Amino acid sequence: MIQLDNLTKVFETPKEAVVAADHISMNVPDGEICILLGPSGCGKTTTLKMINRIIQPTSGKVFINDEDTSGMNTQDLRRNIGYVIQQIGLFPNMTIEENITIVPKLLGWDKNRYKKRAREMMDMIAMDAEAFLKRYPSELSGGQQQRIGVARALAADPPVMLMDEPFGAIDPINRAVIQDEFLKMQQELKKTIMFVSHDIDEAIKMGDRVAVFREGKLVQYSTPDDLLAAPKNAFIESFLGEDRALKRLNLVKVSEVVSADIGSVRPDDTLETALSRIDDFGYQNSILMVNDRHQPAGVITRAVARTTKGYCRDHFQSAPPVVRLDDDLRKVASLMFANDTTWLPCVDDEGRVSGQITQRAMTHHLGSRFRSRPDNSASIRPDSNAAKE
Amino acid sequence: MPIRSLKGGVTALLAVLIFIAGVWAQSSGLIDEFLFYLPDVQYLVVGHLQLTAISGGLAIAVAVPLGILLSRPGMARWAESLMQVLNVGTTIPTLAVLALSMSFLGIGIVPAVFGLFVATLLPIARNTYVGLKGVSPALMEAAAGIGMSPAQRLFRVELPNALYVIFAGIRTALAINVGTVPLAFLIGAGGLGELIFTGIDLYDTVMMLSGAIPTALLAIVVDALIASIAFLVVPRGVNPARA
Ligand SMILES: Nc1ncnc2c1ncn2[C@@H]1O[C@H](COP(=O)(O)OP(=O)(O)OP(=O)(O)O)[C@@H](O)[C@H]1O
Ligand SMILES: [Mg+2]
Repeated sequence: MIQLDNLTKVFETPKEAVVAADHISMNVPDGEICILLGPSGCGKTTTLKMINRIIQPTSGKVFINDEDTSGMNTQDLRRNIGYVIQQIGLFPNMTIEENITIVPKLLGWDKNRYKKRAREMMDMIAMDAEAFLKRYPSELSGGQQQRIGVARALAADPPVMLMDEPFGAIDPINRAVIQDEFLKMQQELKKTIMFVSHDIDEAIKMGDRVAVFREGKLVQYSTPDDLLAAPKNAFIESFLGEDRALKRLNLVKVSEVVSADIGSVRPDDTLETALSRIDDFGYQNSILMVNDRHQPAGVITRAVARTTKGYCRDHFQSAPPVVRLDDDLRKVASLMFANDTTWLPCVDDEGRVSGQITQRAMTHHLGSRFRSRPDNSASIRPDSNAAKE
Repeated sequence: MPIRSLKGGVTALLAVLIFIAGVWAQSSGLIDEFLFYLPDVQYLVVGHLQLTAISGGLAIAVAVPLGILLSRPGMARWAESLMQVLNVGTTIPTLAVLALSMSFLGIGIVPAVFGLFVATLLPIARNTYVGLKGVSPALMEAAAGIGMSPAQRLFRVELPNALYVIFAGIRTALAINVGTVPLAFLIGAGGLGELIFTGIDLYDTVMMLSGAIPTALLAIVVDALIASIAFLVVPRGVNPARA
């Protein structure tokens, strides 16, 4: 666990004293990713660097696993904290392999072990070991260098990681890929991570908790969903953007909103049956047709069912796209807009229909959480600054 | 390939010219005159190189640690003013340095070595300092952040990254050194200066050139030598010559 207790940094500049971090108090529980978020110059980097004592705090304390870091040997402290700096900072005089293995070497690993580790790390960051290990940093693109920077920080498998905008130089597509990779890895490794970002979407995606800073103060510290649902003040609201309700779509899974209750017809049902089912279930325009194995096979529209006689199998339209239980609502919304529909069938791993998701259910889910605004961040230790806001 | 063939043409022309010059020199007996000084040259080159090796070696041994010391954070308050002093020192002509050295230490090898040492020291110390100070702060932070001790930071990050600049300093300094050794003859040390200055005094062009040409060649050889050492020693990632 990382615990910051009234951590404060005042930089004395010739002109004035800059308070870069102002009585920051927060806890990051073991195995969680905490995102430090905020506009440029709000003190994210300063706060991060006080944890591994690159910057000496003016006052306040940092505890790692309940141990006060000010009493620890700085080098030992740092060797057990993976550090990704904002400027990447690979050593240009060393090959990629030497860069990645530097901390294991400092810790005295034997040669076979750290060589093997370098290859594992290259796999983890999805780069070709053969092609890159013997190259020098100047022979890599900015995004590739940044990934090596992450690999270097992870190489000695430190329990705690500090990462300052680690994916900032990577293009959006590869960034999404590496974010996913990183989250997958985190599920296994369960490291305690402080992660600086100024990208709200990245914060929501990566963070178990998000700490929003402004001018050196910690303004709000909550889970991404609480942050979006209940921003504490106007600053946070504007920082999150006017589409914050839409951003929450990323955070909610289909499984949270799905209703198991879905009416359907079979190919050998008559259109008459279809019409009466549409009315029974209160559907507006259409009903799903499923095959023998309960997989979506098409839809019967109300217009057809009312005006035509015959069997469903002769009068259906193509099946709508399906969603899975672990898809997020953003994908659902996008499919709905693209297909001009207000509902989508939801399928299990075998492709069998297991329920449906409707636009109404989605808006209801998001809206109800919006209203439950007071006291839903009570699970997180309130901090003195935020209380004053 | 017009440039390439032009180059080839120039080289061929040069070879022909050298050949013609050689034929002329032979026929006029010039080569024999030069050969007359060959034993002297051989003897003096050794002395010349000894002066360079001793004074240059000492200078490197002192200047690099000095530059490192000045670049330490604890020295920041003194370093800049000391560098100013060194910079002023570099502008003093080497002949003046030798003269000063003679007025304190008298005549002979010792004042010569000392004067050469001082003249060589300055560029090396300055380049070492500037090279180390020029290592990007991000690298220093990364090195500190992964838990390197100050000594590890110096030897694994700072020096390798400053090495190219340091070598550039050594190159300049030794070129100056080799070129200055002839002056050391004036305060009583050996070296090719003996032929050069005696040749000047006696209006003996051949004698003078027998000292001057080997001096120039030595300067070129020493420079090439240091350049090849730098090529081999400076890590590829920070070696512009190998990029
Ligand atoms: N060494 C320093 N001396 C003086 N002021 C500093 C120093 N380092 C940072 N600051 C100031 O402290 C404030 C916070 O800086 P910090 O680097 O923590 O910002 P940040 O939130 O990381 O911003 P960014 O997103 O741009 O990286 C800024 O106003 C900055 O100018
Ligand atoms: Mg920053």
